Amino acid sequence: MKIKVIVTLKNGVLDPQGKAIQQTLNGMNFGNVEDVRQGKYFEIEVKEKDEKKAKSLVDDMCKKLLANLVIEDYRIV
Amino acid sequence: MRSSVIIFPGSNCDRDMDVALKKFGFKNQMVWHNDQSIPKSDLIVLPGGFSYGDYLRCGSIASKSKIIKSVIDFANSGGLVLGICNGFQILTETGLLNGILQQNKFLNFVCCNVFVKVKDKQNKYFKDLKKDVLELHIAHNEGNYFCSDDELKSLEDNNQIAVTYCGKDGTENEKTNPNGAIKNIAGIFNKNKNVLGMMPHPERMIDKYLSGEDGSLFFKNILDNFK
Repeated sequence: MKIKVIVTLKNGVLDPQGKAIQQTLNGMNFGNVEDVRQGKYFEIEVKEKDEKKAKSLVDDMCKKLLANLVIEDYRIV
Repeated sequence: MRSSVIIFPGSNCDRDMDVALKKFGFKNQMVWHNDQSIPKSDLIVLPGGFSYGDYLRCGSIASKSKIIKSVIDFANSGGLVLGICNGFQILTETGLLNGILQQNKFLNFVCCNVFVKVKDKQNKYFKDLKKDVLELHIAHNEGNYFCSDDELKSLEDNNQIAVTYCGKDGTENEKTNPNGAIKNIAGIFNKNKNVLGMMPHPERMIDKYLSGEDGSLFFKNILDNFK
């Protein structure tokens, strides 16, 4: 079963790459871009048929490795 | 004093550190990350570099490698653990040190000499150090130290901030901050001050003709405090 995870910076944590992307978009005449936050996306193939169990496993992985909870939040989608 | 330098795939300051430690009389050994145990040591060093190509987050993969359990046990039993640059990043990812090192605020790789102010001398690294400001070298893309407000307060209350970026005269402000680190933090301790992580490289400042000797002061001081 494939589980998808999105890791993003927490609100309030500076994202200099997002800022640079926003400024570039603005420079390309996408003037109405007010903010960009960059994140990471994972597709994890788990040998597990039960969706609840698979998600719970991935949740553990997020806490232990995929996200650093000091600055990042994660969402299992 | 016996020391061990841990080598991860992608470490690139391990040999510089070996040379520096031996120059001042440490009996140093190199330890491979896949080993299970560390030879008897008084100091463990996690060197600079790009362990595992900085994949996922700097230091995150190295922080799960086989040898790390021994490093954590050693640190928890009071042993001296020093992480320089990528080593500092690894220490934050293990949880031995608070916070995280984010990408530099201005998105540039910084490679230059900096001055750092020694903020605390009640520890085995800086006790009786003759200088308050050291000139050291930095080279990193992710040195922008960040932690939560609560963690910062706790670092300040327990005097766990080890060194901060400053000018030659010791002034700390935005201009002397090369990477956007909060409070100009260049290095921190754990609560017991046996674990030190810092971005500047003392091993690059051990020769008066090539660089400077403030790194020499740092290593000699650790030895003096051990005696």
